[in-house]
Amino acid sequence: MITLENVTKIFESPSGAITAVDHVSFEVPEGEICILLGPSGCGKTTTMKMVNRLIEKTGGKIFVDGKDIDDYDPVTLRRTMGYVIQQIGLFPNMTVEENIMVVPRLVGTPDAKARKRAAELLGMVALDPGIFLKRFPRELSGGQQQRVGVARALAADPPVLIMDEPFGAIDPINRETIQDEFLKMQANLKKTIMFVSHDIDEAVKMGDRIAIFREGRLEQYDRPDTVLAHPTNSFVREFVGGDRTLKRLRLVRVGDAMHPGAPYVFPEDRIGDAVARMHEYGHRSIVVLNREDMTPTGLIRLAEVEEARGSCGEHAMRLPGRVHVDADLRRAVSEMFTQDTTWLACVDSDGRFKGHITQRAITHLLGETYRHPNEGVVPDTRRQRGEAVLEPETGPIPGAPA
Amino acid sequence: MGMAVPRSVWMWVLVVGAFALGAWAQSAGLIADILWRWEDIVFLARQHMQLVAISGGLAILVGVPLGILLSRPAMRRMAETLMQGLNVGTTIPTLAVLALSMTFLGIGTVPAIFALWIASLLPIVRNTYIGILEVPAALREAAQGMGMTNLQMLWRVELPNALWVIFAGIRTALAINVGTVPLAFLIGGGGLGELIFTGIALAETGMMLAGAIPTAILAVLTDFLVATVARFTVPRGVNPLAR
Repeated sequence: MITLENVTKIFESPSGAITAVDHVSFEVPEGEICILLGPSGCGKTTTMKMVNRLIEKTGGKIFVDGKDIDDYDPVTLRRTMGYVIQQIGLFPNMTVEENIMVVPRLVGTPDAKARKRAAELLGMVALDPGIFLKRFPRELSGGQQQRVGVARALAADPPVLIMDEPFGAIDPINRETIQDEFLKMQANLKKTIMFVSHDIDEAVKMGDRIAIFREGRLEQYDRPDTVLAHPTNSFVREFVGGDRTLKRLRLVRVGDAMHPGAPYVFPEDRIGDAVARMHEYGHRSIVVLNREDMTPTGLIRLAEVEEARGSCGEHAMRLPGRVHVDADLRRAVSEMFTQDTTWLACVDSDGRFKGHITQRAITHLLGETYRHPNEGVVPDTRRQRGEAVLEPETGPIPGAPA
Repeated sequence: MGMAVPRSVWMWVLVVGAFALGAWAQSAGLIADILWRWEDIVFLARQHMQLVAISGGLAILVGVPLGILLSRPAMRRMAETLMQGLNVGTTIPTLAVLALSMTFLGIGTVPAIFALWIASLLPIVRNTYIGILEVPAALREAAQGMGMTNLQMLWRVELPNALWVIFAGIRTALAINVGTVPLAFLIGGGGLGELIFTGIALAETGMMLAGAIPTAILAVLTDFLVATVARFTVPRGVNPLAR
């Protein structure tokens, strides 16, 4: 846990004193990623660097896990915090292994143990230790270097990580991958992380909480969904962008907006069963599943089969689209737009049919927070999986135009 | 490198040239003349290299720590002024330094070593200072942020990454040094200058070459030696030669 109380930084300059950080107070709870976000010169980096005392604060208090950082000597303090910077800063004179072993060596970890840890960490950041341990930084790509940078910060297993735009210098494609891997790692490691970014999309993706700064002041400190749905003032509203509701799509998993327990039929079933089931649920279409592996294979529309005879398989049409239950809503919406449909079948990793998701369910879920502003914030589903968010919708699946 | 002429061609030109030069020297009786002075050459070359070793060694012993000292943040402001002074110092011709040195210290080995030391000191200090200064700020920030003390940062990050540049300074310094030692003869310092200057004075080409050719060879060998040391001392990750 990192707690800031009335933290202030005043820089003396020839043209007078400049207040870089102005009475900032907030708290990063244990095991969460807090993104410090804002335009350049807003004080976010200064705030971050005051935590490991690379910059000494002018006023206020900072506590890490309840302990006042001023009680420690800065060098000792920094060894207890992982530090990742945008320029990565791997030491070119050292191998990857030696780079990772820097802090363990500083704190006197036995070499054999530190070596083992280095190999283990490299594996954790998806680099093969057999290949990369003995390489030098100049022999690695930018993305590989930054993975090593993250491994190095984790070497002494610090409870707190401080990251200064850690993925800022990586090309967009690699950045996405590394961000995903980092989130996966964090799900196990549960470090308390302070992370500086200037990219709202990165903040929404990575952050458990977002702190938005302007001119040294903390403008808003909330969960990403709250920041997007309820910006506290016009600055935050403008900063997060006009498409802020679209950005919220990222925060919800398909599984949480999905309508589970949707009806289905098998190809061998008589078409009359399908019609009966659609009437029973009040749906205008029904999914056809393969009996062996429960994968959705097709679709039957009520309007087209009401008077028909024969088996369901004979009348099945192409399924308009499917989406993984663990994908985010942005993926689902994108798929809907691609397939020109308003609903999608949801499948798990084995391709098994789990339910369906409709455009209406998505808008309903996103709109919740505007109807009940005090309670309606959607949970951040990446961390609270499996929680029921939405009551199963009754009524027909809208859309499915003939 | 897009060199139009292949290396082997250059090698042949070199070999044929050397052969032609040798043939000419042989016909003029120069080779015999030079070989006849072999004992003098060995004795003076040894003296020559002693001057280089002592003055160069002292220059390294003083120059590198001085360069490090000047690169410390606390010294930053003073360092720039001092480096400007040193740069001006470099422009003073070595012959003038020798003369000045003689004025204060008299003649003999000591003033010669002193003057050679001064001449070699500047490139070493400058390269050490600049080499450390040019270590990327990101490395310093990473080192500091990870909890290195200033001394640990110097040993583990700044010096290893500046080492190539520091060695370049030492190379330059020793090359200057070996080439300047002949002048030391003028103030009684000894060395191969004895053959060169006496040869010139007596218009004896053989004697002059007996001093000049070994001086040239020693300069090349010294440079090669320092380059080899650098090649094996500079960490592989920052060594342009170790790929």
